[in-house]
Amino acid sequence: MTATEAPTTGHVGQVRLRKEDARLVTGRATWTDNITPAGCLYMMVVRSPMAHATVTGVDVSVATDAPGVVAAYTGADLADAWQTSLPSVWQVTPDVKEPPHYPLTQDKVRFVGDGVAVVLATSRQAAVDAAELVDVTYDPLPAVTDVAQALKDEVLVHDDEGTNRCYSYHWDSGNVDEVFEQADVVVERRLINQRLIPTAIEPRAVVAQPEPTGGYTVFSATQIPHILRIQLAIVCGVPEHQLRVVAPDVGGGFGSKLNIYAEEALALALAQKLGQPIKWTETRSEGYQATIHGRDHIQDLAIAATSDGRIVGFKADIKADLGAYLQLVTTGTPMLGAFMYPAIYKLEAHDLTITGVFTTKTPTDAYRGAGRPEATFAIERMVDELAAELGMDPMEVRRKSWIAHEEFPYDTITGLTYDSGNYEAATDKAMALFGYDELRREQQQRRDDGDTTQLGIGISTFTEMCGLAPSRALGSLNYRAGGWEHATIRMLPTGKIQVITGTSPHGQGHVTSWSQIAADALGLPYEDVEVLHGDTAISHKGMDTYGSRSLAIGGYAVHEAAQKVIAKAKRFAAHLLEASEDDIEFADGTFSVRGSPDAAKTIQDIALAVFAAHDYPEDMEPALDAEATIDPENFSFPHGTHLCAAEVDTETGRVTIRRYVAVDDVGKVINPQIVEGQVHGGIAQGVGQALYEEAVYDADGNLTTGSLLDYHVPSAADLPAFETDRTETPATSNPLGVKGVGEAGTIASTPAVVNAVVDALRPMGVTDVRMPTSPQHVWEAIEAAQGGAA
Amino acid sequence: MIPASFEYVRAGTIEEAVAALREHGDEAKLLAGGHSLLPLMKLRLATPEVLVDIGRVDAMKGVCETDDGRLAIGSMTTHQDVMDDPLVREHCGVLAEVTAMVGDAQVRHRGTLGGALAHGDAASDLPAAILALDGTFTVEGPDGRREIAARDFFVDYLTTALQDDEVVVEVRVPKLDGDWGWRYEKFSRVSQAWAIVGALGLVKRTNGTIEEARVGLTHMGAVPVRASAVEDALAGNGPDAIADAAQHAADGTDAPSDLNATSAFRQHLARVLTRRALEAAAG
Repeated sequence: MTATEAPTTGHVGQVRLRKEDARLVTGRATWTDNITPAGCLYMMVVRSPMAHATVTGVDVSVATDAPGVVAAYTGADLADAWQTSLPSVWQVTPDVKEPPHYPLTQDKVRFVGDGVAVVLATSRQAAVDAAELVDVTYDPLPAVTDVAQALKDEVLVHDDEGTNRCYSYHWDSGNVDEVFEQADVVVERRLINQRLIPTAIEPRAVVAQPEPTGGYTVFSATQIPHILRIQLAIVCGVPEHQLRVVAPDVGGGFGSKLNIYAEEALALALAQKLGQPIKWTETRSEGYQATIHGRDHIQDLAIAATSDGRIVGFKADIKADLGAYLQLVTTGTPMLGAFMYPAIYKLEAHDLTITGVFTTKTPTDAYRGAGRPEATFAIERMVDELAAELGMDPMEVRRKSWIAHEEFPYDTITGLTYDSGNYEAATDKAMALFGYDELRREQQQRRDDGDTTQLGIGISTFTEMCGLAPSRALGSLNYRAGGWEHATIRMLPTGKIQVITGTSPHGQGHVTSWSQIAADALGLPYEDVEVLHGDTAISHKGMDTYGSRSLAIGGYAVHEAAQKVIAKAKRFAAHLLEASEDDIEFADGTFSVRGSPDAAKTIQDIALAVFAAHDYPEDMEPALDAEATIDPENFSFPHGTHLCAAEVDTETGRVTIRRYVAVDDVGKVINPQIVEGQVHGGIAQGVGQALYEEAVYDADGNLTTGSLLDYHVPSAADLPAFETDRTETPATSNPLGVKGVGEAGTIASTPAVVNAVVDALRPMGVTDVRMPTSPQHVWEAIEAAQGGAA
Repeated sequence: MIPASFEYVRAGTIEEAVAALREHGDEAKLLAGGHSLLPLMKLRLATPEVLVDIGRVDAMKGVCETDDGRLAIGSMTTHQDVMDDPLVREHCGVLAEVTAMVGDAQVRHRGTLGGALAHGDAASDLPAAILALDGTFTVEGPDGRREIAARDFFVDYLTTALQDDEVVVEVRVPKLDGDWGWRYEKFSRVSQAWAIVGALGLVKRTNGTIEEARVGLTHMGAVPVRASAVEDALAGNGPDAIADAAQHAADGTDAPSDLNATSAFRQHLARVLTRRALEAAAG
């Protein structure tokens, strides 16, 4: 570890060891599953073993009589508990199909894992045993496991909708037909962006507890305590002010805890019904069925270019498998990528169709990157295919087509304004670090030698839009919420502060980063800042943590609240120093009178004086506390150049990443070590999609990768030492100059790795390898290219 | 992840274990290191009514030399203890090498040789190794002890020749005298995972030729198998015969198809991995 000694000021931009970690690494965290109120009942959800069936009977009588069981309920028993369906937040088109989705189904089951009943018992063991005694009878219906089959509408997932097509969204700009007709070269491909299962280290869990004074507290392993509070209040009919939601320590989410889940509503509804605390914790296998999945797009793509390699047009026809129901952002997840297919390139024409389709599989929703990994994979893979078609170096094609640094701010063909960026700088740095030319020479040598282990080089010059988001922009897209963020700073009498944030960290290190921002802004020691979050009774207002938004909006709000504290303190200082406010200067935590350096008050002096309130301006309240609600003016657009050198054993199909270089530009950096951690974890997750992970369903709709035994999440042993570096092009949409970083690595790395795999095999005639690029898939691609019968 | 209720019996001796098995019949399962059984029970894929814990039967632990010049390894010896044992390292280094590739460090410190073999999983690494070594199993039941050759022990998918009331007491392997070379090519999806295919090449070298070759294959059927066509083709030949011989590695196998590999790909892998294992072993 390379922590530098703390200077007295200037924490921003420096490594600070995370304030969070001592508790986490010594086992003193409080996870939701650690919370067991007296008298709490354990909930077990009885889930469908069938993908699609009519429920002809649910008998809970035997289970109800089992030892330790307090109650058991069917979907019909609880039908009156719900004021509305579980929410879908994004009405992506006016005619989007939004079929009802209740915490327990009554009529049909629509995926393996769909809840049909609940059992409540005095121990977890009793609940698990009794759940096996619930007798559910099913009349099987055909499973609908792929979008082509679903779109025939022969078997309907939601009968009342009359179709499995949830929505179709089309958007084009520029003269698409003309651009494609006049292009010298057009390359078309179908790429599969496979279904993934988020694997946060902490499974989901919820505890709902009635309070003696009325109302309820819900503890949940969630990324979104504030949104959960509003939505649970609506779904369960609890007055919002009588519902407190707490996100205790939360062990990762990656989008999988960005939702309003059936179990959260069930726990609250049953706490209402029985007046007892209700607890539920998923097992890993249960979570693999009942927690959202990610990706699952079929991408029909076309890229058009001039013969000298200038990209002019891109078409994408996306079929998105939404699964059985709409969860919170199921409809919108593909849409979050809709604006990013053109990526960093100056296109003349762009054509996009997204079709969201219901199937009898676990619902998909936002998973680290949410739409942007899919879009980035599409464009970055296609640029490499275009380069191969033209016989050009893939980096050369990119250089000819990307937005030059002097062209920012740049209005893209999809209507976004990229505020800043410098693709040349990041690329030059990455190429030098990587030793691009040397690796190309080695690649050629291996090709010439007919080496069984071939070398491939993959490029991803990605950008993404994050920092969700300007509220007006979200409103214009019929997203049913805003994108602001809130912060409060409480000045304590001794000059220590509490920062209350509306973001809800679950591994990101906000306590550390927000401390650095506030300490620098107010000239306070880093240790004198406490950051509070994740409890609606403390943080009354917030839009939570997802979409790489927390720093660019929530960190900005902290900065802004600090400016308000300073503005107030300045007036107190002027009063106490008997000077004009215009003559008061503030630096390093001290207010001084210009020209009279001895006349000064520290911010701690002011805090104490304001607390005493013996002497302060007539027109002020004796308080320094301040809050800020920030609605950003734009998204943020991190970018970077990722380069992957992969060795492919052409006999076994095994891919081994030899080098991975990432130069990211996430704007100004608050804490380099936290940024590096985000980039490393992000790359690993994107490599997981490229090489290892896939949620597989059989023809009957069973999830065959139902545990970590079959769903391959890479470990450190499977990954190389990533080589990371940065360029810093400040964002202009916030005073900190920061951009998001949480998703960047994941968005960038998948195409870099797959491009490397395909590049290694291209001399054998391979033009694509389906993800994950497993030994089986690599071997199949080689056999197919060589005319074999794999 | 909560198993169904079960009764727990701790056996202090082999006799007590056999007696408990006899009493409870097929409702009982032996608990050794627990690394195969307990996950199945937690998923409720296995729901034995009685667990007979043999973890404290000291007579089933450790390694010794037998009168007939072999090594006898107590079935409750942990993988780590097998790897570290001086007799194993001196006389049967291949077993130490294969054992080192079983699971992860935690598994190797809890899991046992006998437990892994008695589970009869053709995807686990040790069955093919014991088969290639022509090892034997000493099992004890109500009527005393009997010895089962490895080739007769593995009967079908997760099925062995062990009777419901029998306990594997020890596993016997030969001392490898002479100039033996070996390599286990374990091909798995991620590190520390089960083998998609594993090929163990074991070669006795004499004056630059292969006096004897043995090939044990992991996960190429319901049971571990020997690539006998390869073995036959190599006996008495030089290493340059390996490439052609290995083309027969999948002959007669019944390789399964699963999420990681189709049967055809497994057969292809068996040929490649057998060639690589033998070339390394012969080199």
